[in-house]
Amino acid sequence: MAETKQVDRPLSPHIQIYRPQLTSITSILTRITGNALIVAAVLIVWWLLAASTSEAYFATANAVLTSWFGDLVLSLSVLGVWYHYLAGLRHLYFDAGHGLDIPTAEKLGWACLVGSVVLTVITLLIV
Amino acid sequence: MRYLTARKRAEGKGASHTGTEHHWYMTVSAVGLAFLIPTFIFIVGGALGGTREEVLAAFARPFPAILTGLTLYVGMMHFKKGAQMMIEDYWQGTTRKALIMLVIGLSYTITATGLFALAKIAL
Repeated sequence: MAETKQVDRPLSPHIQIYRPQLTSITSILTRITGNALIVAAVLIVWWLLAASTSEAYFATANAVLTSWFGDLVLSLSVLGVWYHYLAGLRHLYFDAGHGLDIPTAEKLGWACLVGSVVLTVITLLIV
Repeated sequence: MRYLTARKRAEGKGASHTGTEHHWYMTVSAVGLAFLIPTFIFIVGGALGGTREEVLAAFARPFPAILTGLTLYVGMMHFKKGAQMMIEDYWQGTTRKALIMLVIGLSYTITATGLFALAKIAL
């Protein structure tokens, strides 16, 4: 068949139309936190590599990770990982067929948001 | 005469050419990570900020080393598939393919580097 011309087909607007719901916000937060954790993964693996290599290299990596900036990034990563963790459990619960009605889903959503903050505070205190 | 029986219509993988492997993999890795991530946070969090000797000592023991290595592997494979889902949602065409390849490459690189570092410390 001949080359079809690329026509820009309009997308049905959704973000401009629907008011943000708890369900949609928790969903996109799950995606955002999951993907953003790549930063923490890179930092931690870099730190491990530095520790296994030499004192000098480790000094550099350690300095970055324990600086105020490194502390901030890692603390936010703890928040991200706990949120993604709880939201993931929520997804597993949904996949089993439970809690799919709106009131339950919203309660669980709030539990994820609040729980992640609580767990983060606990983690930062203990660890 | 209809050769397409009801069974033939139902079986097979359909237009997407894949079955539920992706979803099942995410489910299995999620359950695995549900156990691994708290241990990872505890081990790595405890070791962060220590001197190099403390860090080497922390990861030289088999339990922390194995748990961290497992978390890295399962975590990065979970990330790889999750990032692929995001890319498939937002990009099309060549950009999509390139980004997926990039993410898969990145995931394996991080995994390999992490496992190498752990092996070097522990062995």
